[in-house]
Amino acid sequence: MRLPGVIACLLLVGMAFAEAGDGSWLRKVADKDRARSNPLENDPDAAAAGAKVYAEHCAPCHGDDAEGKMHGRHYRPNLHSKRVKEATPGELYWLLTNGSLRNGMPSWSRFPEPERWQLVTYLKSLH
Amino acid sequence: MLSFSAGLATWPVLLHAQENYFVTYSHELEEPGNLEVAAKSITGAPKGGNPFVATAVEFEYGINGWWTTELYLDGQTTIHESTVFTGFRFENRIRPLLREHWINPVLYFEFEDLNAADKALLEVVGHDTKDDLISRNSRAEKEREVELKLILSSNFKGWNVSENFIAEKNLGPSSWEFGYALATSRALALKATPNACNFCRENFALGAELYGGLGERHSFGLSETSHYFAPVLAWNIPSGPAIRFSPTFGLNQNSNGFLFRFLLSYEVDQFFSRLRGEP
Repeated sequence: MRLPGVIACLLLVGMAFAEAGDGSWLRKVADKDRARSNPLENDPDAAAAGAKVYAEHCAPCHGDDAEGKMHGRHYRPNLHSKRVKEATPGELYWLLTNGSLRNGMPSWSRFPEPERWQLVTYLKSLH
Repeated sequence: MLSFSAGLATWPVLLHAQENYFVTYSHELEEPGNLEVAAKSITGAPKGGNPFVATAVEFEYGINGWWTTELYLDGQTTIHESTVFTGFRFENRIRPLLREHWINPVLYFEFEDLNAADKALLEVVGHDTKDDLISRNSRAEKEREVELKLILSSNFKGWNVSENFIAEKNLGPSSWEFGYALATSRALALKATPNACNFCRENFALGAELYGGLGERHSFGLSETSHYFAPVLAWNIPSGPAIRFSPTFGLNQNSNGFLFRFLLSYEVDQFFSRLRGEP
């Protein structure tokens, strides 16, 4: 097989793997991750720090007030929703870490763990 | 036109950027819909050659959560010689696994159409040596190449560790060339401060890269290859550009003794939404 053919095949295999993701992110969270508690829950600065991180990195998609936003054909969810309200801190932390790549939510694993927990604290403070 | 102008007017307060390396890729992809524009420059004064500054202007776009595409336009200026456009690179990065793992693979495919005057040094492969940086500017020799990389990357306790394995092939009659790039970095603070600040430790990251050639298909190994070690300082200004500096040291007689890299990048959130003037 010639080189362009090899590259095209590799691209298709990569795309096929990527499309093989599961459904809803909540079902993917392992029990031990779901049960994790927020180590910064009682940190008085955590929500404010999380709000700052949110404004910088999340607001462009989810909106300044976290009420969701349309981008072309794509809707970025309202974070005041029942789903987020009922999610455990561990579930939200899992989502920030893994993202939901098929649905356009990137992984924020590049944020250090404490910063992700600060974001979780902020998201919980919305409710 | 009015909405387009209004969209543009909001850009300066909505810019930010990421990534801490010059040569090595981690598994971070561009956020879907975001466009990052960056200028990666390298300067050096090789022995036996003229001082030069080479710049690769990068346009990186997040197509979706697992696919990022990039276009590079390369050029360089060599003192006492000329300023030349040296070609382009088109690359794609795909995350085959949709969740975060201990080691996260990314598949990388690139086509590049460069001439022999290119000095951007975005990778070192095969038997690349310092002589590549001292040859006179010539656009006559074309290098149309494909490059494949296996990117492996991990985030752990604030650290990123990335390993790239590179295979490059000239589309003419030549053999595969190989190279590697390794890097690690860490933010200076793992928690965000509650107040807005440009000089908080959380906005800075320190790291280091190690990269070099691994010979060719029929001469694989370290013989007649060049290698570099490069500390990196990254400063991500909130709602502003990202800046990176990297003094680069050659590690053997085939490497250029010292080079200096500099990067300035902006990330525009939801680029096409802004073009359409969406609120």
